[in-house]
Amino acid sequence: MKTMQEEMIIAGFGGQGVLSMGKILAYSGMMQGYNVSWMPAYGPEQRGGTANVTVVVSERPVSSPIVQEYDTAIILNQQSMDKFEPMVKPGGILIYDTNGITRHPSRSDIAIYTIDATAEAATRGLSRMFNMMILGGYLAVKPIVTLDSAIKGLAKSLPERLHRTLPDNEKAMRLGGELIRKA
Amino acid sequence: MSDIRLMKGNEAVAHAAVRCGCDGYFGYPITPQSEVLETLMELRPWESTGMVVLQAESEIGAINMIYGAACTGKMVMTSSSSPGISLMGEGFSYIAGAELPCVVVNVARGGPGLGTIQPGQSDYFLATKAGGHGDFNMIVLAPNSVQEMYNFVFDAFELAFKYRNPVMILSDGVIGQMMERVELSEPLPRRTDGQIVEQMRSWAVTGKPVGAQRNIVTSVQLDPIVQENVNHRLQAKYKVIREKEVRYEAIGCEDADHILVAYGCSARISHKAMELARDAGHKVGLFRPVTLFPFPYEQLDSVCKRAKGFLSVELSAGQMIEDVRLAVGCRARVEHFGRMGGVIHSPNEVWQALQEKLLNR
Repeated sequence: MKTMQEEMIIAGFGGQGVLSMGKILAYSGMMQGYNVSWMPAYGPEQRGGTANVTVVVSERPVSSPIVQEYDTAIILNQQSMDKFEPMVKPGGILIYDTNGITRHPSRSDIAIYTIDATAEAATRGLSRMFNMMILGGYLAVKPIVTLDSAIKGLAKSLPERLHRTLPDNEKAMRLGGELIRKA
Repeated sequence: MSDIRLMKGNEAVAHAAVRCGCDGYFGYPITPQSEVLETLMELRPWESTGMVVLQAESEIGAINMIYGAACTGKMVMTSSSSPGISLMGEGFSYIAGAELPCVVVNVARGGPGLGTIQPGQSDYFLATKAGGHGDFNMIVLAPNSVQEMYNFVFDAFELAFKYRNPVMILSDGVIGQMMERVELSEPLPRRTDGQIVEQMRSWAVTGKPVGAQRNIVTSVQLDPIVQENVNHRLQAKYKVIREKEVRYEAIGCEDADHILVAYGCSARISHKAMELARDAGHKVGLFRPVTLFPFPYEQLDSVCKRAKGFLSVELSAGQMIEDVRLAVGCRARVEHFGRMGGVIHSPNEVWQALQEKLLNR
């Protein structure tokens, strides 16, 4: 039997919560007993620059935290689309927010999903939780961890003073699950 | 009660420092290791264990604070990344010459010069052959996971005091920056001043009681015969270290025709390359030196006795390959593969290189 192993990249602009999404996934995977690794591109990136993180969640011990072919790519800007669309494994998944995307993905050998998280989060007053909508959308498509674990993972990675935002974050995650669409 | 966390390798080093009973950390920020100092500042161990955490004015300042504090028998450490480690070279030599214990963590980045802040493994020569001037060696441990970043701080202090010698933990930007599950052990108390006097009486400068013999800690001997004797003593110590402290990990090497030799992040990447090779039906093993000094020369040769080809994989132009060649001599083909300047090779690139340089020849 093939064991569960998810090798994924989350890529976008610094400040979008890319690294945080990866951290929440790693935390929740770890709490469900999986082996995890979280490897950021830690360059001089900051708000406005590009940011990405490679996350591996696996039943087996993670050999390499560095991978160049992904089961899933979550793409949040055009530069990342150009760079990472070709690196999704055949049969893999690409999820993207249409906001700011001018050249849409064209591969036919992968499953492509869209989620208008930026726009939806803004109209619902959840702008700062747009990354949680994406995360919820991803977990609806590929439930490698349960939503409950993801919420616990979020609580683990948020400082105490921000725990009052947990209900809204949970709302955003659930909403993301409803909003994601097959392209 | 085990304490399981998800954290970066650099953060694990800081937690290990506090929990192993370290007395003092002196350092200076540099990417990709700054989280060591940052985490220590967050943990505020001066309020719990009494450990001193100090940001020095420079790496040169830091290593000389280590030199001074180590003379008193205290457990002291520093951390930096490649260019900062170069600045500490003079201090390593003095500390080794004066036979003092200390721990140095190098979260290496690509060079030469100020280079790049991205990961590198081009400090192998620096760590194992030429940390500074003179005939000396540091013991060098190479972690390949966040858990080992934590564990090796404990191991490094043990070795440092056992041999009164500087120990370097040679890590890299991947292992320092990545997050993984890590199990933190129960905190050990710091040694009391009384315990330090008791245990380090024969060499440390802890304040001379009336009637006791004074200890002198120095790395200068103007009489060449005396200095030569110091060298003989050091070499005798390194011989014991070579005989007793070799550590390595061998995965699938017994029946392998070809061996990937790698440490640190390249060992992780090569492990996946090995899986790719085995999936394709090739008998490939992974040999990981855990101690780089002492290098597992005999073990590499004997464990991989069937192998007819070795690929040394590191993020450098080829430094460790010299030791791999020394280990296996002329009996097998030895090649190098590695990206440089902060570029990280992927498992696929290693697998491709293995085919081009060894399997398809």
